[in-house]
Amino acid sequence: MYAYDEIDRTLVNERVSEFRDQVKRRLSGELTEDEFKILRLQNGVYLQLHAYMFRVAIPYGTLATNQLRALAHVARKYDRSYGHFTTRQNIQFNWIKLAELPDALEDLARVGIHAMQTSGNNMRNVTSDQWAGVAPGEIEDPRIWSELIRQHTTLHPEFSFLPRKFKIAITASDHDRAAIKIHDIGLKLIKNEKGETGFEVLVGGGLGRTPFIGKTIKHFVHGRDILSYIEAILRVYNQYGRRDNIYKARIKILVHELGIEKFSREVEEEWQHIRNSSLQIDDEVIEDIRSRFTYPAYEKLPHMPDELRQAAADADFEVWRKNSVAPHKVQGYSIVTISLKPIGAPPGDATADQMDALADLADKYSFGEIRVGHEQNLALPHVAKRDLPALWKALDKLGLATPNVNLITDIIACPGLDYCSLANARSIPIAQELTRRFANHELANLIGRLHINISGCINACGHHHVGHIGILGVEKNGEEVYQITIGGRADEGAALGNLIGPGVKFDEVADVIEDVVEAYLALRERPEELFIDTVKRLGVEPFKERVYATR
Amino acid sequence: MPLVNGGKIADDSFVKLAVDTPLPESGDVLVPAERFIAEADALLKRTGKVGVIWPNNRDIDELVPYLGRIAAVALVFPTFRDGRAYSQARLLRERYNYRGELRATGQILRDQFVFMLRAGFDSFEVKKQADAEAFMQTAKRYSVFYQPTGDGRITALHRRMQLRHSEGVGT
Repeated sequence: MYAYDEIDRTLVNERVSEFRDQVKRRLSGELTEDEFKILRLQNGVYLQLHAYMFRVAIPYGTLATNQLRALAHVARKYDRSYGHFTTRQNIQFNWIKLAELPDALEDLARVGIHAMQTSGNNMRNVTSDQWAGVAPGEIEDPRIWSELIRQHTTLHPEFSFLPRKFKIAITASDHDRAAIKIHDIGLKLIKNEKGETGFEVLVGGGLGRTPFIGKTIKHFVHGRDILSYIEAILRVYNQYGRRDNIYKARIKILVHELGIEKFSREVEEEWQHIRNSSLQIDDEVIEDIRSRFTYPAYEKLPHMPDELRQAAADADFEVWRKNSVAPHKVQGYSIVTISLKPIGAPPGDATADQMDALADLADKYSFGEIRVGHEQNLALPHVAKRDLPALWKALDKLGLATPNVNLITDIIACPGLDYCSLANARSIPIAQELTRRFANHELANLIGRLHINISGCINACGHHHVGHIGILGVEKNGEEVYQITIGGRADEGAALGNLIGPGVKFDEVADVIEDVVEAYLALRERPEELFIDTVKRLGVEPFKERVYATR
Repeated sequence: MPLVNGGKIADDSFVKLAVDTPLPESGDVLVPAERFIAEADALLKRTGKVGVIWPNNRDIDELVPYLGRIAAVALVFPTFRDGRAYSQARLLRERYNYRGELRATGQILRDQFVFMLRAGFDSFEVKKQADAEAFMQTAKRYSVFYQPTGDGRITALHRRMQLRHSEGVGT
């Protein structure tokens, strides 16, 4: 965990007081809605279909239990007692009153949480691997660098009014859980041949109307130069990014229009001017940040405790364990993923009571720490294996032990037309129907790892392009129509999915997905061949045939 | 539009010239970029200060040869959501060491003052009188800064180092 000091707390409090003043000026009419819009967005406040929506940052996905309790408190006191975890390590509240927002922010500031730059055309919340610091085999804890970049990009005086939003993601593992290739800047922590820490830097990834997989702009940037290198990219983008057309304003378009070679030359030239400036990071500064991350005092525990051996007789426990428990870098411990995808419920939602109860469990079983991943699930990062059976029972009572992590019902979905003013189609009811269709765990397990991603509009908050199966809702002649893609992925092998054919109606989506899955089960070479690999081997055609032959 | 200069509401000595307004014999003038580049010699020879209004999509490298001889550069925010001039300001101050008046013009609201001050602006044509009056109060809103810029304010990272070292001395 990262501990805020007085300096960080002061900044957050000053921000809250500024926003309180801005809300006051808006309510008195001193600020027009057009002026206020930009300011509220920079504080995570959207005007949605029914009410204001409030998006709170969970930088690099790490939460302490007092922070989770504060989120529960906000849900209960200012909203309708639940929150929605998003694909960007944020939580959203859907029903908040504008006049109460400064109070909600103040309550969060007490525990070092804020909503700065969770929206707006500035550098957004820095995201990272939800298993950072505990995943076996990572180069080092990427959150140290995430925090450094978080600080540097917070209220940046040059880059708070960029052409469009700007997202940075960091991973330190070969298996990319941070989806760095679909971010404006993706950073992969690596060591060079001298054993020095640095980054492979990717640029220009992103989804939405014009999806791109990020391209490597530099194979190695030394850690001490990473802030100046990011600054160089942003300065080039701020000056040359398009502002004439909102749909062409993202950095991916600039990189695409200039070509990665020309773009990287511009960045290189700018970087040479500033790389030896005060942006260069001293080792001492890095060590200071590193020292403010505290790690649990792990015990020396057996690899296979008796408690786990005994619990193995319980088939339900075993199903959950196989599905939700991942190896930890410390022997005797595990990482436990908590599915926020119960059958029939909106993906990513948690009630205030669940958040409070989960905080209690994290205190009891995970050294007071919780993680949030881009799949809209939570994780307890340091669970002793001997505690797994007890934890499972407790989670089950809370409705948080659905054994579907990475299976077909572990669906990523945006809020869609039920909440969002941008959406053209519903997402949540599609997700709900699909979870019911595939509720049978035996079947879901037989299908194996399969990610379905649903977006209710072209803006792609549900990351449909990179779903193994992607579902995009569009509006056609006043009707919701859904386009289905297959073969996308968001990990280290990131790829965009391909359309399987014409869009289908709302009522047909679940049937079509069933057809696609049946086709896969018939086409796979052996049970271990994942859906995504079968699609890669055979392409779209056989799936298209299966789906459209009878329609 | 009220002008804030040196932290206070001030009179503007500059007269803004259009591309084709006849050049007054004396007095301070602010001239559009294209006219300045075309008539630089004549403009710089006369008595009175010369300033230039530089659009946010024109490369400031063009202006660099004249920086030592001009009294003011006015950068433009056509809307407050267009942030190109922040980069231009930092380049002028930090890379080209420009020390004259650096003026923010266009849609300037109190909510940008801190960013603008940090980027190197010291003069502001403010859209609303109330915002101009709130300048000092707004400019002091933040006491913590995470990024180093040419304004020389100590960053949070370095303040922590100082604290750590001063604690070290006592022990």
